[in-house]
Amino acid sequence: MPQFTDLFFYALAGLTLLFGFLTVLNPLSRSPVTSAMFLVLTILCMAGLFVLLHAFFLAAVQVLVYAGAVMVVFLFVIMLLDLKADERRHINKIAVGLGGLSALAIAGTLVASIVKTVPVSQTVGRLAEGETKALGRLLFESHILPFEILSVLLLVAMVGAILITKKDLR
Amino acid sequence: MTPGLHHYLIVSALLFSLGLLGVVARRNLFVIFMGLELMLNAANLALVAFSRYHNNLNGQVMVFFIITVAAAEVAVGLALLVALYRKRQTAHVEDLTSLKL
Repeated sequence: MPQFTDLFFYALAGLTLLFGFLTVLNPLSRSPVTSAMFLVLTILCMAGLFVLLHAFFLAAVQVLVYAGAVMVVFLFVIMLLDLKADERRHINKIAVGLGGLSALAIAGTLVASIVKTVPVSQTVGRLAEGETKALGRLLFESHILPFEILSVLLLVAMVGAILITKKDLR
Repeated sequence: MTPGLHHYLIVSALLFSLGLLGVVARRNLFVIFMGLELMLNAANLALVAFSRYHNNLNGQVMVFFIITVAAAEVAVGLALLVALYRKRQTAHVEDLTSLKL
C-alpha cells in the first residue's frame, strides 16, 4: 500500500514540474492561451500533491478557486484582448539565457540548503480528528478575525477591479 | 524511497525557480503574471508539506488565506492589464518604456 502512494508522489511531482516548465517556456507555442492551459494542469497536479499530504480541503479549494475561477478569469481576459501581434515577436535569447542561469542558481541554492538542513527521516503525526474538521475548527475559532478581514479584502478587490476597468471614471 | 518532507520542499523549490524563470525570461505580461502564480503555488506547497510533517494545521490555514488573497490579486492585476491595454494597445513589457530616461 505505501508503495502506491510513493509512485503517486513521484508521478505527480514530475508532472507538476513538466507542466510548470511548459507554462513558462513552451518550445512549440508562445501563445498565452497555451501557457494558461498548462498552468491549469500544473495546478491540478498540485492538488494531487495536496491530497497526498492529507490536505483534502485545500486540494478541493485549489481545484475550485485556482483551476476553476482564477484561470477562467485569465482566459477570459486573454480572449478579450487581441494579442496576435505579440506572438510574432522574436524571443529574446539573452533574456532566456540569463533568466535560466539565475533561475538555476536560485534552484541550486534552495535545493542545496534543503538537502543540508532538513533531516531525511521525518515522522508523520496522526491527527485525532479528520483533517478537514480540525481545519474548519481552527479557521472559525482562532482565526476568525483574519477570515472576516479577508472577506472585506475580496469585496475591496471586486470594487477595485470594476473601477479600474471602467472606460472613463466620472 | 518513501517521499519525506525534503522531497516536497525540493519540488516546491524547483517550481519556484520555474516561476522565477517565467518572470525574468518572458516578455508577455500575461505569462509574467502566470509565473507569479506559479511562485505563489510553490510557497503553498512548502507550507502544506511543513504543516503535514510538523502536525500543525496553522500552515493549512495560512495556505487557505494565501489562495484567497491570490484570487483577489489576480482580479485586480488583470483589471490593471485591461486598463493598460486599453491605453497602450500592448501587453508586452518592451513597449512600456515611459520610465526610461
